[in-house]
Amino acid sequence: MEIQPEWIEALAGGAMIGLAAAGLLLVNGRIAGVSGILSNALSKNPDVWRWAFLIGLIASPLWTPILGFPYAIAHHQGGLIQISIAGILVGFGTQMGSGCTSGHGVCGIANFSLGSVTATVIFMATAALTVFVVHHLVPNVMGG
Amino acid sequence: MRDVLPIFSAGFFGLLFGLGLVTSHMTDPDRVIGFLDVMGDWDPSLAFVMIGAIAVAAPAFIIARKREKALLGDPISLPKRTGIDKPLVLGAAIFGVGWGLAGICPGPGIALLGTLDKGALYFIPAVIAGMFAARLVARRV
Repeated sequence: MEIQPEWIEALAGGAMIGLAAAGLLLVNGRIAGVSGILSNALSKNPDVWRWAFLIGLIASPLWTPILGFPYAIAHHQGGLIQISIAGILVGFGTQMGSGCTSGHGVCGIANFSLGSVTATVIFMATAALTVFVVHHLVPNVMGG
Repeated sequence: MRDVLPIFSAGFFGLLFGLGLVTSHMTDPDRVIGFLDVMGDWDPSLAFVMIGAIAVAAPAFIIARKREKALLGDPISLPKRTGIDKPLVLGAAIFGVGWGLAGICPGPGIALLGTLDKGALYFIPAVIAGMFAARLVARRV
């Protein structure tokens, strides 16, 4: 396997995500877990910093072309019904399990939390299994 | 000023977080599915994203554990170590099914709202609905 340019982008982008998580922790004293920030932003009397973080996140794709970073282009898998069902499961699961890819997968593992490592292994496994069913099993059975 | 600074810095870190997501192409469901598709043409990008992010964030967590207050004066709120319980395991499993179904998780979904991406405009309201549903269920159990 040769080193691909997108791996460098992935590593650099990952470092920026880590820097943002480190900054929010050391400057604000908060955890950059996006599902938790969103969920608590929707509670009664939410902290203003949560909305500020979310607005910064929403604004980010508008800045990447200006800064010379890639455009945010989404090639979706499945139609809008599939995406909506996925959204409900993501919202339900992250609320119940107290975290998503950023909260458990980045911050939790960086904090050496055994619970977060466990959660990350589990959601990676069920996600890979779902992709296998949707992209290999179902097309093979249906299409022959 | 003391009240405004944490808001500005949170906005800046949200922006930086999103710049990282876009730069690493994690806002593209096709790339995320490519990582999760271990039986297909595997794309290791997401692993590099996590390695980069954890490598930079881990020292900050080590520093944070030795400090009581953050730079702007607020207390550092590290998550309680609750251990591995049923909601964590079940919640993570359900989240993974949704993540694999669309290739979008909350961070990239919210960032994509900024491009008025149609998928994200359906995905995020659905996420919020799912969160409220989970709160109702938790209240009943």
